Amino acid sequence: MNDPCAHCEEMMQPYLDHVLTEEEVVAAEAHLAECTDCQRRYKFEERLRIYVRKATDERMPAALKEKLAALRIPLE
Amino acid sequence: MAHAGTVDRVDAEPEEPQRLAAEARDRVRFEEEALALADQVYRVARHIARDDADELVQETYARAFRSWRSFQPGTNMRAWLLRILTNLNIDRGRRQQRAPQMQPLEANDYFLYDKLAESGDGVSDEDKVVERLSQDDIVSALSAVPHDFRDVLVLVDLGDFSYADAAQILDIPVGTVMSRLHRGRRILKRELADAALEEAT
Repeated sequence: MNDPCAHCEEMMQPYLDHVLTEEEVVAAEAHLAECTDCQRRYKFEERLRIYVRKATDERMPAALKEKLAALRIPLE
Repeated sequence: MAHAGTVDRVDAEPEEPQRLAAEARDRVRFEEEALALADQVYRVARHIARDDADELVQETYARAFRSWRSFQPGTNMRAWLLRILTNLNIDRGRRQQRAPQMQPLEANDYFLYDKLAESGDGVSDEDKVVERLSQDDIVSALSAVPHDFRDVLVLVDLGDFSYADAAQILDIPVGTVMSRLHRGRRILKRELADAALEEAT
């Protein structure tokens, strides 16, 4: 690990996905605590995910909803 | 009803209407539960199949209603529905136009932030930097991500599925989900960086 920022970057996706082990989380957070550059980038990534989710949130057209309901199999 | 059959074997028949009524109830419950998930199914479908989403969602529900008995109560119905949907999508050959191999310029994970931050008068507040991207930028950047990567990205990042659920839905190993997800996110960010830079000039 000669470049802690490069390592921190590698840890970013799994960190935000909550799949790191406890030790890995501690190590990542220790670096983040002392490196504002990485901290900003982590924050940006977090915001970006929320933003992407909002931007892609499309409501289903009401007409389609009705069509789906009409596909139900009538009771005999 | 346990005593009903013990008196006389022939009276198996009167039980039939009851069995049918119970089954009808189960089916109605199934259908209602499935319809309640339609918004979430549509949301994922819209970004997996774009303009074909309406049709694909209808086919999915038609099939789900027909084969409701193969759904195991207590398991994840949203995942079950999306498995039908992604299989139908493959059957329809929509994925034939497999994207060409991506060039190795996916950039790294910090690439987008660095690009946006350097193009914006030194403002580095993360919220402001994100807001330099428009909704259109995001939707079109996402649709530019090749199918294999996008399916995983949409399921996990928009659909909130776990790696394991996405693996089951797409019938691929969890390791493949992870690598496609990470690569897909990088490709998305590269596309977003391109869009943002175009607007800036």
